[in-house]
Formats: sequence, C-alpha cells, structure tokens
Amino acid sequence: MGTVFVNDVEIECGPQDNLILAARKAGVEIPHYCWHPDLSVVASCRMCLVEVGEKKPDGTVVMQPRLIPGCQTLAKPGTVIRTDSDKVKASQAQTLEYLLLNHPLDCSICDQAGECYLQDYTFKFGNAHSRLQEPKVQREDKYHIGEQIALFTDRCVMCTRCVRFTREISGTSELHVISRGSVEEIEVFPDQPCNNKLAGNVVDLCPVGALCSKDFLYKKRVWWLKSQDSVCNLCSTGCSVHVDQNENKLYRLRPRENDQAQGSFMCDEGRFGWKYIHRDARLLAPRLGRLSHAPASANEHAHAANGNGNGHAPTALSAALPVDMPTDLATLDPWPAALEATRTAIVQAMGKDGHKFVAIFSPMMTIEEAYMLAKFLRSGSVKPTLALGPVPVIGEDDRYPKNHRGEAPALEATKFTIAAEKCPNRRGVEMVLKHFQGELISFDKVLERVERGDVTGAYVVGGYTYPETGYDQQAMTALSKLPTLIVQDLLRSPLTEAATILLASSSFAEREGTFINQAGLAQLIRAAIRPLGECRADGRLLFELAGRKGVFNSAAIRREMATEIFSLSALGSGELGPLGTFITKQPQPATV
Amino acid sequence: MSETTETTKRTKNVRWVEPPKIGFMEALYLPAIAQGISTTVKHLLAGKSMTRQYPEVEPEIPPNYRGVHRLNRDEKGRVKCVACFLCQTACPANCITIEATGTSKDDPNWNDRDKYPASFVIDELRCIYCGMCEEACPVDAIELTSIYDLTGMTREQMIFDKEKLLSVYDETVGSGNDPVRTKRGVLSPASEKAPESAGAPLPPGRGQLGG
Ligand code: SF4
Ligand code: SF4
Ligand code: FES
Repeated sequence: MGTVFVNDVEIECGPQDNLILAARKAGVEIPHYCWHPDLSVVASCRMCLVEVGEKKPDGTVVMQPRLIPGCQTLAKPGTVIRTDSDKVKASQAQTLEYLLLNHPLDCSICDQAGECYLQDYTFKFGNAHSRLQEPKVQREDKYHIGEQIALFTDRCVMCTRCVRFTREISGTSELHVISRGSVEEIEVFPDQPCNNKLAGNVVDLCPVGALCSKDFLYKKRVWWLKSQDSVCNLCSTGCSVHVDQNENKLYRLRPRENDQAQGSFMCDEGRFGWKYIHRDARLLAPRLGRLSHAPASANEHAHAANGNGNGHAPTALSAALPVDMPTDLATLDPWPAALEATRTAIVQAMGKDGHKFVAIFSPMMTIEEAYMLAKFLRSGSVKPTLALGPVPVIGEDDRYPKNHRGEAPALEATKFTIAAEKCPNRRGVEMVLKHFQGELISFDKVLERVERGDVTGAYVVGGYTYPETGYDQQAMTALSKLPTLIVQDLLRSPLTEAATILLASSSFAEREGTFINQAGLAQLIRAAIRPLGECRADGRLLFELAGRKGVFNSAAIRREMATEIFSLSALGSGELGPLGTFITKQPQPATV
Repeated sequence: MSETTETTKRTKNVRWVEPPKIGFMEALYLPAIAQGISTTVKHLLAGKSMTRQYPEVEPEIPPNYRGVHRLNRDEKGRVKCVACFLCQTACPANCITIEATGTSKDDPNWNDRDKYPASFVIDELRCIYCGMCEEACPVDAIELTSIYDLTGMTREQMIFDKEKLLSVYDETVGSGNDPVRTKRGVLSPASEKAPESAGAPLPPGRGQLGG
C-alpha cells in the first residue's frame, strides 16, 4: 500500500500498519510495551519512540524534530523511519532506566525470567547500571487479583495492557489503575477479583513478570520448556496453542496467535483444562477381558492389565480367543496381541452381514483417525454401522466482550467465542462418516438399537475429556451389556471397565492429526509428549490395527483422504501450514 | 582431494627429529643408576621427609579449592537459596535437581521471601566439581567448600539433599576455611533488602553506579 523507508531499507507496508508493524516487515524491531495488535492504542510507555520523517516526491527527506511513538503513528507512503540514530537510542535507554527505577530486579525468583521484555529490551537497548541512589518504592504482592492470577506489583511497568484486555476483549472490566505517578498500581475492586473465563490471558499479555499464573507459578523455569504448536481440543473454536512441556510432562498451554482461528487469546477452560493428561485416571495399558468389578483405585490399572486380581469374565470374546493368548500383557509389548485380538473380535462379532456390529466414532478424534478406522471397518465385504458418538454441548456459545450487564455482544462485534460444543472435530468426523456411509447416524439411534438388543458388538471410541460429557450413564449401561465391546479411550470409566478389549489411547498432546473447527478450519495438532505408560497415540493405534504398512504419518493419510473424500479435497497437499487451511474456499466467520 | 592437500601441508610443517644414538656408557645404565642412588642418599641424609603423612596429617587446602558443596543460610538461618535454578541450568554434569515452592505470606518466618527450594539435591558422584554452580548463583547460596575427602558406603549416601547440604554449611561456616566467595560479602538484590535510606553506604564491591 505504499513504500516506507526503515533505516534506509525500502519496504512495502499495509494500509493499517503502524510504524512498529512496518519496521517489523523490514526486519527491524521497535521495542514496545503498551501496544498490542488486538488492543487499543494508548501510547503510554514511550518505549517505541522513533525518528520519523517524510520523503518528498522530489527525493528530499524532511525529518520531524521530535521523536514520535511508533505504535500510534500509521505508516504512509513515503514515511521514513529511523530506529538506529543516537537520539532514538538515547531515548530508549532513558525510558528503560525510568521503567527500572523502582523495579526490584528480582529476576532470579521471577517466573517471567527468560521470556521477559524488560530483560530483553534492557539487554538490547538499555544500560547495565542504575543511577538511583534513593531507596526503591517497595510494594505488596497481590494474590487476590484472581483465582488464577497473582500480581507482583513492583514489577509492573504500567503498560495497562491487562486493564485494556478486561475492558475491550473480555468486557468484564475487573482490572483498573489506582493512584498516580510512581505509586500507580493495578488493582481490582474489593471482592470483585478477575475471574472471568478469559482472565488467564492477562498473564500472557503482561510483558513483564507482574501478572503471573498461580497454576504455573514456580513450577518450571521457562527456559527448560520445549514448545510444540498444537490446537486446544476443548471446544469447537479450536484455539491455536503452544503446548509447553519438559521431560514428558505438560506444564502449560499458551495461545498461539492465529487470526484464522481465534485471534491472540484462549479461554481458561482450555488453558487449564489439560490436567487430565497426568491424572491418575489415565488408562496406561491395553487390556483383554472384561473386569468383573471396578478396581479400587486408579493405580490398579497397571495390575488389572497384568491380569492379577480382577479376573476375566468368560465373555464370548475371551472364550473365543486362542488359548495361548498372552494375558500377561504388561511384561512384553502388549500391543501386537491386543490389536490381533481386536481384529479377531471384530471379525467374529460382525458375522455375515455386519449389521449387528456398530462402530461409534467420537468427535474428539482427528479426521485421520476417523478415516483410518472407518476405512478399516468398511473395507471388507461386510459393512458394519458407523455412528457418531455423543456431541457434548454445554449451554450456549459464550461470546465476548460482555457489556457491563454481562450480556454477550452482537455477532459482528464478537471478539472471542467459547463454543458450546465441547469437542474439537465434530465437523471433520461427520464428513468422514458421511463419505463412508452416505448418511450420518446419530448416537441416539444407535443407542436405541443397542437397547433393543439389535447389536451384539461395538467398537466405541471415547476420548472425551470433560468429565460430564461423553457417554452418559444410560449409554454406558446399555453398551456394557454387549458381548463384544472394544473401547478405545484414555480415562477410566464404567465403560472402560466393561470393555472386553480396552485399547488405551492418548490425549491431544500425545497425538498428531487434524481437527476441523466449527468454521471449517483444518488445523494440525502435533505430539508434544510421548504417550504415557503403555498407552498409544490413536493415530498409530488405528494405523496398526488397520494393518497398514509403515509408520503413521498424518500428512500421508491426509493426502490419501483428499483423493477419496471430495469434501476434504482442500487438504490434498497434506500440508496445512502453521495457521491451518479452510476446507471450503470461502472462509466463514469464526463465530456461528 | 582435500585429504591430499591436508597431508602435504602437514608434512610440510612437520620437523622430523631422530632420537639420539645411544652411546656405550649409556647402554651400560650404570651411571644413571649411580646418579639415582646419589639423589636418594642425598634426601636420606638431609633428614627431611618428603612423604605426606596422610591421613594423619591433613594437607592444607587453599580456600578457593572446589570440594563438596554447601548451601548457605541467610541471616535468619533459612536456606539462602532462592530456587532460581541458575545453578541447575549452568551445571554441565546435570547433577543438581531442585524443586521450588512459593512461601506462605501468613508464615512470619518466610513472608519476606517469595520462593525457596522445597527440595535441593546434588548428586556428588556425578558432579565434576567445576564450580559453575557457585559462579551462576546470584545470591551466593551455593558454594564449594574445601572438603575434599568425600566418602560414602553406598551411592545413595553420595546424593546430598537440602538438609545434608545445609549441615555442610553448619560444619564449615566460620571454620577459617570458608570459601573465598563468602568473604566477598556481596549479595544481589534478590536476597538483600534495598538500602533503607539515601545515606546508606553502597554494598561493598559494588561500583559507584550500584547494580
Ligand atoms: S500488570 Fe503487566 S500488563 Fe498490567 S499494567 Fe502492569 S506490566 Fe502492564
Ligand atoms: S543458583 Fe543459587 S539461588 Fe539459584 S537455585 Fe542455585 S543455589 Fe539456589
Ligand atoms: S508501545 Fe508505543 S508508547 Fe508504548
């Protein structure tokens, strides 16, 4: 939209680019604290001051005598930006000196150390020394800011990003500034802590270590964390996230900026909703044979798989298994035997026409997993019924910013949506099922058939991570009576106890594959950690169950699907890119 | 190809030295033996024993010796370490394992601090005694003492936890052989309160501009 000159480099910039964005395109960093692309501009921190001028059509350059905040100034054709002059450098160093005047310099105990903009900018643009001789203003830490948020008051640089977030994005306006000058502080009103469903974002927004997540506080120094790009699986908004782990343990989820998906933020349900991954209720090994009674504790699962104590009920399946089938699955790699048993059980239960066998797909699956399972089950001459499992919907879409009465905004004014549909991939799984079967069979219909006794065997995929969603009591009771019940799930439940074959699967952080969100955006989830214990990533599990040769690779499966399933042909290249690919040409608005 | 050029270059720079030919007297070895015996006898007659009477007489260890670690205590007797993990990060042998925890603001003994190590374990067998940890420590909480004769009956005994490391401090502090770094007496802002008034003297060792 026009050529600007950044330190003598010529660069094209967009119509809405401010000087920070324009300089970024030229590879030049203009340091800034208060400016954030999704928040209003206040130009209060003065960190972004640069020299600005204009190149006249005759080639002469006229510079303005004063320094200009880069965040507040739009780049126009012919704008000249200087970030490396002595004047700018002196201003940056002075601004940092002021910001650090009363800063406690407690990097050694600060959680932000390692990803702190005060550290980075001081290193790049500041002085190594403070000239302050007077005592620093010392202030109390505030642990009452929010259930998940602590404020280390004396580290704050008063950029007010957090305040603007609660006013402009969540609309809940809990945070505000009290006092003035060097005693200015961020505060909440008495007994009105910042507990809105987007509150965790202020921790990411805070450029320094002032706002910290209580959940993550002191758990890990950030430089140990290894980060993987993935997608949150707790609702069908499908927020892009960074999954931060160390030594195969998840520590936190952070939003990953993606304007095609959710923007720059994520909700707290997603942010803290991954704890089930390391919960005791995780199933850690496959199991053959139905448990006669529920184990007393989750830890007994390993033992249950070992076959001690909870004996196998003589079900149709285990009676039919070859006698030399190793039941002591925990000692060797339990999977070849488990998968072999699964294949045998499926063939036996399908019988002649497959009518009495149903496969229940979960909207928590990736499209690759759904495709491999559907293709495997429908590849023979007998065709079992494929159905979609329960689609968890809780309440209504929760849209932000709220107004002062807590009401949702108009659709067009929505900046963030927490979807009511608490699963990441209903759309994708439905497409796969429609392709293989022509029609979509809902869970209610299947359940009714199961209750009528019209079904003798089922392959049930779980993976529901909200405890209150997924298969309800009625469904579990009905399914538990089936003579053949193959369950692929990751958390212990009455259903997994009743399974005649249990295939211990993995959470989204251990898998690779594609989720299609409610707007039709296909995004890649990547394995951040190895599957825990003996459980197995669903993709690999189904790949091997289907007897495919080689190693599971989601891109290869996507290419295969795209040639076969017309509605998914947009995924033909196999690559989705870091921000995902829309499956329809016309991207629909991210809100429904 | 590059191999050959390499070789040529190497041969060019190498000066071959032939060992000197051995003469008749040297081939007898007797002069060398006599010379050796004379040295022995000289020392014998000098009456001054060169043998170190270890362990009866312990050697004098310089205060910058890098031996067993200790965890220092702060002025209130608490562990001085602030659990910043810098030593664990710096350690090339990966022998330090720390678990941090926050302090309770209701605990009068701890409410002036934010974070401390709930557990602090050093595997003394894995340690290579390079001293990186004490150099990394911003509050001089970890130091290598001049204890060099570290023994144990099992491997487990050589894995020192926080209590053990603090007890090393209790044993060595003020023994006259404190590590040199202790004597520096300079602590970073993380462990010390800011000076109360403008008139307070600068901490020793700091530049005029503070730090
Ligand atoms: S708490 Fe953080 S985000 Fe809020 S004003 Fe202070 S520095 Fe900015
Ligand atoms: S460097 Fe010092 S303060 Fe930091 S963890 Fe190690 S001993 Fe503790
Ligand atoms: S970023 Fe421009 S003034 Fe703060």
